[in-house]
Amino acid sequence: MEIPYNVSARPDTGLYNAKLGIWLFLASEVMLFGGLFSAYVFLRLGAEPGYWPHGLLNVPVGTFNTAVLIISSVTVVFAWAALKMRQFFQYKLFMAITILCGVLFLVIKLAYEWPDKFNHFGIFISKGAAAEYEKYLGNEHLAELRHAPRYEISGHLLDAPKGSPYEEVARKNAEHFRHELHEKGIHAEHEPVVQTDDPNDYVIQLDAANAEAHTPEGIKEGSKPHFWPRERSMETAVIKAADVDSASTFAPRHSSYFSSYFLITGLHGLHVLGGIIVFVYFWLPISGGANLYKRNPEHLANRVEVAGLFWHFVDLVWIFVFPIFYLL
Amino acid sequence: MADTHAPATGVTPADPHAISHEDAHHIAKHRNGYLMVGGLLLLFTAITVWLSYVDFGSQNANIVVAMIVATFKASLVAAIFMHLKGERPTIWRFLFFTAIFVAGLFLLTWLHEADPITGTLKAVR
Repeated sequence: MEIPYNVSARPDTGLYNAKLGIWLFLASEVMLFGGLFSAYVFLRLGAEPGYWPHGLLNVPVGTFNTAVLIISSVTVVFAWAALKMRQFFQYKLFMAITILCGVLFLVIKLAYEWPDKFNHFGIFISKGAAAEYEKYLGNEHLAELRHAPRYEISGHLLDAPKGSPYEEVARKNAEHFRHELHEKGIHAEHEPVVQTDDPNDYVIQLDAANAEAHTPEGIKEGSKPHFWPRERSMETAVIKAADVDSASTFAPRHSSYFSSYFLITGLHGLHVLGGIIVFVYFWLPISGGANLYKRNPEHLANRVEVAGLFWHFVDLVWIFVFPIFYLL
Repeated sequence: MADTHAPATGVTPADPHAISHEDAHHIAKHRNGYLMVGGLLLLFTAITVWLSYVDFGSQNANIVVAMIVATFKASLVAAIFMHLKGERPTIWRFLFFTAIFVAGLFLLTWLHEADPITGTLKAVR
């Protein structure tokens, strides 16, 4: 039995069935992402001053990925228009570009952005001990500027307290850091602390913002996030385990910010993956895919339109994800 | 569309490959519109990034500005790429109710955050 109204419109709704179906599905998707976004808003409004990270993501990479998704949205609508005009070769071409854009987006996310975060370490200093680490936090000056205080010292972990799950990572980082010191010709008395004998210490290679917090330039610059990510400094800081509120890589357990980030970008990434799978199916010369063109090009055009609607929705979600996580 | 006037049985028209010259012209014209919207979206992405480094007085003001730009971009995607402009009333009805339910979702979260009903949340904070 053939499914009715997959090409021509149903008289009562004025729509072919798949279009009605996809819009109902997208309405449920709005609720899904709406729930997560409202949780994000709530977590952010409820965060104490200084505990909502800012400027930790790579803005140029995020901007590039935004552009990739926008371009893929244009190409998918071009693929649909090509089918409508019965230009099969153009359809295959624009669909291929769309698929490549989707893959590029995921590769950047999974092979670069996420691993880069897992390799970054943040230590929240307890409020009582913050004064001792003022050199790296610069809170006096932040208060003068009426900015929220800073409690986090971040960078590359070089030494973790005994029994910490990060001991192994720290050892590898320390090895790499020593190598870097050697290459830069920093020796003996100028060499920063890499590891200590005390089993209760953290040693961290500082991010630029923390390293410069006490310098006049850092006071001016350090409170503002940068467009281009800055190179990690060659300075290190020793932090006593007793002064630490929490310490973690930039993983979901780091903060509400990163758990929201990984949850929402992860779910969004799964949607991108789903879109790619459907597009590949429509691109391959199989019966439900590109071969459908020979039997009924209008049917294939409708399939591509429906999948395209889903793809535009995924783009639309990213339009909100990008500013709230990367920029604000 | 080739099959707009097809019988309402859902049966495919006699020649599914047929397409009128008028339709082809119509869609070719639309393509320029899609390109322009794509360009606008890229431009407004750059503007969003730039605006985030401009100080509007407070962090909240910056958030409001960024959300206004994002909403504008999202409307462009929905209206042009998703063909909502000129779409059937059935779909607009779906979206109308979805908007109400999403607003309800945000309201519930706000009730939790601001606690305007019992007013007891402040005491424990």
